[in-house]
Amino acid sequence: MLTLGIDCGSTTTKGALFDGEKIVKTVITATAARPKEKMQWVYDQLMNDDVKFVVSTGYGRDLLPQADKKITEITCHGKGAAFLSPGIDSVVDIGGQDCKAILLDRYNNIADFMMNDKCAAGTGRFIEMMSRILDCPIDDIDEFTEGKSPVEISSMCTVFAESEIISLLAEGIDRGDIALGVIRSICRRTSFFAQKIRSEQAVFFSGGLARFEVFRKTLEEFIGLPVRTHPQSQFAGAIGAAVIGYDMANRKK
Amino acid sequence: MELIKTLPAVFEEFSEQRKKSFITALELKEKGIPFVGGFCTYLPKEIPMAMGACMVGLCSKTGETIPDAEKHLPRNLCPLIKSSYGFALTDKCPFFYFSDLIVGETTCDGKKKMYEMLAEFKPVHVMELPNRQSEMGVQLYKEEIKKFKAVLEEKFGVTITEDDIRKAIHTNNEQREALKAFYGLQKMDPPPMGGLDMHKVLDGVQFRFDIPKATEDIKALTQKVLDEYDPKKYEGRKRILITGSPIGCSTEKIVNAIENNGGVVVCYENCGGARSVDELVDETNPDVYEALAKRYINIPCSCMSPNPGRPVLMERLLEEYKIDGVIEVVLQACHTFNVESYTIKKCVTEKNIPYMFIETDYSSTDAGQVNTRVGAFMEML
Repeated sequence: MLTLGIDCGSTTTKGALFDGEKIVKTVITATAARPKEKMQWVYDQLMNDDVKFVVSTGYGRDLLPQADKKITEITCHGKGAAFLSPGIDSVVDIGGQDCKAILLDRYNNIADFMMNDKCAAGTGRFIEMMSRILDCPIDDIDEFTEGKSPVEISSMCTVFAESEIISLLAEGIDRGDIALGVIRSICRRTSFFAQKIRSEQAVFFSGGLARFEVFRKTLEEFIGLPVRTHPQSQFAGAIGAAVIGYDMANRKK
Repeated sequence: MELIKTLPAVFEEFSEQRKKSFITALELKEKGIPFVGGFCTYLPKEIPMAMGACMVGLCSKTGETIPDAEKHLPRNLCPLIKSSYGFALTDKCPFFYFSDLIVGETTCDGKKKMYEMLAEFKPVHVMELPNRQSEMGVQLYKEEIKKFKAVLEEKFGVTITEDDIRKAIHTNNEQREALKAFYGLQKMDPPPMGGLDMHKVLDGVQFRFDIPKATEDIKALTQKVLDEYDPKKYEGRKRILITGSPIGCSTEKIVNAIENNGGVVVCYENCGGARSVDELVDETNPDVYEALAKRYINIPCSCMSPNPGRPVLMERLLEEYKIDGVIEVVLQACHTFNVESYTIKKCVTEKNIPYMFIETDYSSTDAGQVNTRVGAFMEML
């Protein structure tokens, strides 16, 4: 038996197939402005006769008619993170348009969570803006900030930070120094969040930015606890959805 | 009285009341009945009622007039204050329009300063409400209540006797008892009604001017809800308590999100609910002013400092209503409730009951996020 989890986020839509033990296959695509279409595409890519249960999550979770169950991305993220990295007790997820911190209980259920869903500050959007202004492709962030000395970025608001970065560029400051400054400002803000939910063991870091070592390392420095990630951390929501789906399918039998 | 056949229709009537109030207000005014408009639950409504005036609630709960209000008021101010001021400015609210006197109290900073501006184009009387529930506070508020009575007597050319006040106290106590019995139905497990329906009744009753008649209707409705109790209807739903800033029309989005995600609101610990209705005025106290002052100053709103009554009330409600989870709804820029949320969260989570905090305003821009957060909270219970 397989189960399928589809996570339609604001930036990317992800799918994961689970066989009860491991993740068999994943796909990812840009959500762009077409969440419904993209969810359908992911579904078509991964759906097969062995799939017995489909769980949708993410902000587009209501858009997939074939879903057997819709679950919020918060619950799915928690489950997915605990699956990818056993032993963690909290999750920090920096998404495209929001940022969340989740505290897990010993059964990997949600014990508490916090969410910044009010503005783009400290989210992936902030980094997209920085990458554009600094002319640094997001994929090159690690190399771009290697050995740089960060400048202080004081603006939290994405719009104000943009003008702050432009002023810094006009002062002739190194682009890498600015980029590292921006990353530190986001990580500092995110760490307040993680400290508020009172994680004690280890933090799992997910979302699109988790694949960059500079974010993991900086976050660890601010939180003061081990910060772990996983090559598949971007799929945490979809994986969690598939894992929950597997339990549900078993219970249904 | 002809009883309405189904529940929703009855609830609807209470809500419809707000619309009908336009015409009712005009008719009452034509009969020469004065209107006194008030905002907070600290206003001792027994005083204007003792002179036969209609008490109307002016706290506005929709975003309609916020853009107008923002011509004078800062944008990052509580939406309730902006909205209320906006309705006064635009004459879009029948109650503001028909109010012969608007009464405010020195509650939160936003409201205090707004009243100063309101007084420039409306007849306003502001009562000094002490921010401390001390013996001196009671004395001060007692004097303020007497002064309020004198203001009314002078403005409307009437005499308000202590007997009139006593009668008004009795009438309002009866209504409080009826309301408590009504919302107390939700102590049943499973509860007999949805939180949105309950809210419509609690909100609607503020716009009923014939108090004894409204009380009778609430009693009849309570009986009706009991008679039609179907334990299956809300079986297995998570029992939620809402606390925090006042909620209304625009913030019903929170109640909707709760009830669409497998929960049911069984208790409101806020202005329209237990916070303002729970306590009665002492009818045995020979000093009516003192009885009123003691009762009103005891309301555990976050504008009091300290505010020990709120955790006490909260703990009692958590138990009586067998609460599974608490959602605190705080309006944007409502500093006192925002700050006090720390204490409330502590009080709730110490009982091992999950707590969630939502800051919102009167717009619908965060409806999606609210739904996700409430959904995740319900999944966690």
